Amino acid sequence: MTQVTLSGLTKIFDQKNPPAVDNLDLEIESGKLTALLGPSGCGKTTTMKMIAGLLRPTSGDILFDGDSILSIKPEERGAVMVFQNYLLFPYMTIADNIGFGLKMRKVNKKEIKSRVQDMLDLVQLPGFEERKPNQLSGGQQQRIALARALIVQPNVLLLDEPLSNLDAHLRDEMRVLIRRIQTEMGITTVFVTHDQEEAVVLADKVALLFDGRLQQFDAPDSFYDTPNTVEIATFFGGTNFIPGYYLDGTITTDIGVFDAPHSLVPEGNAVLSIRPEAVDLGEGGENSVSGTVLSHVYAGRYARFQIRIGDIEIEAVTEPGQVKLFADGDNIPVKFDPDKIWVLGTDTEKHPSAAYTG
Amino acid sequence: MTTATAPFPRIRSRTVGRTTLRWVGIMGLLSFLVAPMVPLFIWSISFRWFYPDILPSEYSARAWEQVISPTNNVIGATGQTTLIALLCTVLSVLLGVPAGRALGLHNFKGKRIVEVLILAPIIVPGLAVVLGIDTMFIRYGLSGNILGVTLVHLVPTLPYMTLVMSGVYANYDVDYELQARSLGARRWATQRYVTLPAVFPGVVVGALFTFLISWSQYVLTLLIGDGQVETLPILLFNFARSEPAIAGALSVVFILPGILVLLLSSKYLSGDSAAVGGIGNI
Ligand SMILES: Nc1ncnc2c1ncn2[C@@H]1O[C@H](COP(=O)(O)OP(=O)(O)O)[C@@H](O)[C@H]1O
Ligand SMILES: [Mg+2]
Repeated sequence: MTQVTLSGLTKIFDQKNPPAVDNLDLEIESGKLTALLGPSGCGKTTTMKMIAGLLRPTSGDILFDGDSILSIKPEERGAVMVFQNYLLFPYMTIADNIGFGLKMRKVNKKEIKSRVQDMLDLVQLPGFEERKPNQLSGGQQQRIALARALIVQPNVLLLDEPLSNLDAHLRDEMRVLIRRIQTEMGITTVFVTHDQEEAVVLADKVALLFDGRLQQFDAPDSFYDTPNTVEIATFFGGTNFIPGYYLDGTITTDIGVFDAPHSLVPEGNAVLSIRPEAVDLGEGGENSVSGTVLSHVYAGRYARFQIRIGDIEIEAVTEPGQVKLFADGDNIPVKFDPDKIWVLGTDTEKHPSAAYTG
Repeated sequence: MTTATAPFPRIRSRTVGRTTLRWVGIMGLLSFLVAPMVPLFIWSISFRWFYPDILPSEYSARAWEQVISPTNNVIGATGQTTLIALLCTVLSVLLGVPAGRALGLHNFKGKRIVEVLILAPIIVPGLAVVLGIDTMFIRYGLSGNILGVTLVHLVPTLPYMTLVMSGVYANYDVDYELQARSLGARRWATQRYVTLPAVFPGVVVGALFTFLISWSQYVLTLLIGDGQVETLPILLFNFARSEPAIAGALSVVFILPGILVLLLSSKYLSGDSAAVGGIGNI
């Protein structure tokens, strides 16, 4: 299997604009599924195209198992990209589409035929050989595109937003299929998505990009538990931020002083972050303050409360059973478990909107 | 790009209603083209045809004999016209397809200026253009021979071919080529299996019409051919004044390729074809 290393990888399309991909360093583990996550336009497709050899980097290097592959042509890299919009060749049958890569490798017809059938079985579309792409649904086209890439047994599989054009239930099905095939074949896979939930569910490791720059490269749960910045925590949704000053394991804020053993900053201006589901309502003692219930929403499997503490509003998510315990306007103790507090550096000047609520 | 197949040209319509409509249109166009040929044909076989008779009073095969006879060089001129038109078509395709691709696919500085420059020979009368290059052609020995005439025919045909192809490529998603490369296709195999099938209808339509444009050139051939290169339009013009019956017969010969081209290209001129993007709906 193949380990992919990106080293200072940069792509500038136009001197007037900032780089589409900016000095990207990434170590993509062999045989693992790595997600490339980020909002639309952050350079995900550009990065994939450079790995596949379809776009020349402005600077930096790409290595497969330690060797630079920049001078190797796309058809010889063994890195196959599946485009976001499938791009099945419209005038070819499904069998010819899937067999395309083998035909290019001069494999004999008989073998192509049997391997095409194996692939159709793998993506659960047997008997589709003679159809044309425009007779297939989006989900089916997506599977054929996947089969067409897998048949050449790539060393690196690059999937550009494979689920984004599918509706919800197909997306779950496809997700399972991709994960199963990837694990079975053990192909080093890079998977692009703009959906953080999808990245977290599917990937072994997630690389988060904003504006062409790598923000964090970590195991999925780290993005929730120990995000690098307020911006990242915000992208992963629903965290409370309270500005303060951090010193010796405690953070002093406008609403009180809290024990906080887990911190990214050694000392100085900082932001306390705590996820809504980590806020304990109605519990006093250490690390607790007094707040007022502003409003609440019962949402089936959980309940969501808006709480005012001093001049700050926070959000708390609890078991549905607790809805009855607190009424709007009640004064209740609110506890922040020290183990669930994560102290971040301030990047509030750059992102004032992210300063108080998630 | 919202769907996978949309950016690709030519998804043929299978609806009966549309097919019927298309055939009605083609028949209409054909009769429009054939109607003027009827009197021409009658001219060509008439011996006496005076006002107010609706049909000639006497018929003769003389004009057609003259057309076939070697003294008038009709067969030679037809061959020469065909040769020039074929050469001109080949050159237009070889130059116009890449030029149209560059224009249709890429945005570059000064693209608008290039577009206007390409259109210029179509807007400016051919005569003005040719008077300008005539002296140059004489200097390089391109005056009075087939090569020179072929080259000067490129003045109207090459912009046309380029525009048709830029229309085709504007509707073409170049990511198909990248996909093919990524799957293991070399450069030429990509062109062969992916690009060519996609742009082929446009190339065919462009080539057929290029052939016709060259086939029917008169002024350009006269000036650059310098009386040495005898094509059908030149012959036709000579006979038009002296021998209306022969001119009638020649006109029939002259107009045939046009009808053939229309029939051949009608297949590609359906409303869904990307080629239409280049030449406008008929
Ligand atoms: N061929 C190109 N020419 C110029 N700019 C481009 C080109 N391709 C992408 N870009 C720009 O590069 C940035 C990143 O694009 P892309 O990699 O497609 O983002 P993503 O896939 O993350 O949505 C965008 O600002 C986009 O406009
Ligand atoms: Mg993209």
